[in-house]
Amino acid sequence: MSVLIYAENAAGKFKKSTFEAVSYAKAIAAQNNTNLIAISIGDVANEELAALGKYGAEKVLNVSNEKLKNFINQAYASVIAEAAKANGADIVVLSNSFSGRGLAPRLGVKLQAGVADGAVALPEQNGGKLTVKKTAFSGKAFATVELTSANKVIALTPNSYKVVEGGSAAPVEVFNAEAKASDFKEMIKDIVRSTDKVSLPDAEIVVSAGRGMKGPENWGMIEELANLLGAATACSKPVSDAGWRPHEEHVGQTGIAVSPNLYIAIGISGAIQHLAGISSSKVIVVINKDAEAPFFKVADYGIVGDAFEVLPKLIAAVKEYKASA
Amino acid sequence: MSKILVCISNVPDTTTKITFTDNNTQFNTNGVQFILNPYDEIALARAIELTDGGKGSVTVINVGEANTEATIRKALAIGAADAVRINARPQDAWYVAYQIAEYVKANPFDLILTGRESIDYNGSKVAGMLGELLDIPSVSIIKKLDATDSEATVEREIEGGKEVLTIPFPFVAGCAEGVAEPKIPNMRGIMSARTKPLTVVEAVEVQTLSQIISYETPPPRGQVNLVPAEDPAKLVDLLHTQARVI
Ligand SMILES: Cc1cc2nc3c(=O)[nH]c(=O)nc-3n(C[C@H](O)[C@H](O)[C@H](O)COP(=O)(O)OP(=O)(O)OC[C@H]3O[C@@H](n4cnc5c(N)ncnc54)[C@H](O)[C@@H]3O)c2cc1C
Repeated sequence: MSVLIYAENAAGKFKKSTFEAVSYAKAIAAQNNTNLIAISIGDVANEELAALGKYGAEKVLNVSNEKLKNFINQAYASVIAEAAKANGADIVVLSNSFSGRGLAPRLGVKLQAGVADGAVALPEQNGGKLTVKKTAFSGKAFATVELTSANKVIALTPNSYKVVEGGSAAPVEVFNAEAKASDFKEMIKDIVRSTDKVSLPDAEIVVSAGRGMKGPENWGMIEELANLLGAATACSKPVSDAGWRPHEEHVGQTGIAVSPNLYIAIGISGAIQHLAGISSSKVIVVINKDAEAPFFKVADYGIVGDAFEVLPKLIAAVKEYKASA
Repeated sequence: MSKILVCISNVPDTTTKITFTDNNTQFNTNGVQFILNPYDEIALARAIELTDGGKGSVTVINVGEANTEATIRKALAIGAADAVRINARPQDAWYVAYQIAEYVKANPFDLILTGRESIDYNGSKVAGMLGELLDIPSVSIIKKLDATDSEATVEREIEGGKEVLTIPFPFVAGCAEGVAEPKIPNMRGIMSARTKPLTVVEAVEVQTLSQIISYETPPPRGQVNLVPAEDPAKLVDLLHTQARVI
C-alpha cells in the first residue's frame, strides 16, 4: 500500500497548489505508515521533479513523451491509474484544480474508488474507511464524506493546506505508460496563458469589485491595487454579465470559489450568492459606501466610504508601505 | 450532430440559508425551494441553440424521485423535447453517473452536457465519470462550445488562461458561464411542457462508493473592525501587523 500524488505542472513548472497537495499527501502517507510516490506527466526538468522530495515525495515517477506533453484528460487519467496499480497505491491525491476536476472522476471510475473532491482538511482514518471534510453548498457549509471503497481519490482545494518543507531531493524514475490510442481523441488547438496575471483560484490575495465601480473604465484602480499587492482580480456576477470583466473573474456560487488569505471586496453588496464563493477566505476587507451593505456582516475589516475617494488613498498607502518594507 | 442529452439536477435555490437536522447529519429541506441547477440551465440553453431549426433534439435526464418533476417540466418548458427520470434518490456522484451511463448505453447520444457542478454538493464529477463509464472523452469546466457535424470546438478553463480543444462526437462536457445565456421559458413553452414525454425508468442496482456522514456550517466571523474612510493607511497597517496577510 502506498499513496500516489499527481504533481500537476503548468508549462513545465509546479505551482504552489501542487506543493500543497504533495505536503497533504505526505501527511496522509504518514497517517498510514506508508510511502509517498509522486507522478508527473509532461515536460518537467529533472531538478524540478527531484525537488518534490522537499515536500515529502520519496520517489518521483516521470512520464515524458511527445504525445503526453500537454494535458489530455482521458490519457492522463489512464497513466495515473496505471501508476497507482503498478505501485500498489490505494490512495491517490491530486489538486482540485481545473485539470484535477477532470481527472478525479475518471480515476474514481478506473480505480473503483470513492472520490472526495474539494477536500479542505486532512482525512481521518476509520478502519479501512476514510472520512474527509469538503466544501458543500458552494461554501455555505462543509460536508464530511466517508469513502467506503478500498481505493480512494482525494482532490485538495487550493489554499486549504499549508506547504510543508523538510525532505530532500527525491530520486526520479522514468515511468513508461501506455495510454491507449482512443485516449487521444481530444486535440489541443491552442493554449492561452496570461503570464503576467495571478491565477484566481491559486491567489493568496484577491482584489474584487462589483457594480459599485460604475463601469469597466474604472477598473484601472482595481488593477493597480491588485498589482501592488501581487493579487488576482475578481468581480461580482452582474459585472461579468454586463461584460465589464471576463466570466472567469466572476466569483461566487455560480462563479469561482476562492479561499485566499485576503479578499478585498470593493463596491460589492455581499449578496448570499456572492458570499457563498468567498466564505473560506481567511481575512475579508470590505469597502462600500453603504454602511448597511450585508458584506460588512462577514468582514474582518471595513471602510464605509465612496470607493472613488477611498481607493486612491488606499493605493497611495500601499505604495508607501511597500517603499518602507 | 443530432441528439443531445442534458443532465439536470434539482438543487436548493441560490438564496437558501443552509441548515441541518438530525444532529447535523441531514440537510434541512424544510421551506427550501428547489430549482434547476444554474449551470445545467446554461448547458440546456446551449443544447437548444445547437439544435435550433430542426438540427437535432434535446433530451433532459434526471436521477431523482417524483418530487423533481417540477424541475424537469421547467427544462421541457425551456425547450427540451423530452425527458427521462431515473427513479431513485441520488446518493453520490458515482451512483448518479452510473444510472445515466446505463441509460445512455441503451440509448446513445452524440453529445452529453452537464453543468460544471451542482450548487449543492459541488462535485463536478458526473461529467468525468460518465466519460469514463462510456469510454468517451470528457471535458470539465468549459466556457465555450461550437459544433460542426462531426466534432466540436470547446474552450476549457485553465489556471490563468484557457485552452481550445477539438473533440469528435460523442463526448461529455461540463458547462460553465460563458457557454450560453440561460433561457427563460415563454408561455408556449410552459403550455407544451405539460404534454411533452417524460419517461420514468427504474434504477439499476449499484453500490455507492461514498456517503456523507455529517455537515457543519462555517464558524461565525467576529465583528467587523471599521477604519475611517480618510485613513486607509490604518487599514494597510492592520493588515500587516494584526491580520498578517500582507
Ligand atoms: C441564480 C443566481 C446565482 C448568482 N450567483 C452569483 C455569484 O456567483 N456571484 C455573485 O457575485 N452574484 C451572484 N448572483 C447575484 C447576486 O444575487 C447579486 O445580485 C450580486 O452579487 C450583486 O453584485 P454587486 O454587489 O456587484 O452589485 P449591487 O447589488 O448593485 O451592489 C453594488 C454595491 O456597491 C456599493 N456601491 C455603489 N457605489 C459605490 C461607491 N462609489 N463606493 C463604494 N461602494 C459603492 C453599493 O452600496 C452596493 O452595496 C446570483 C444571482 C442568482 C439569482
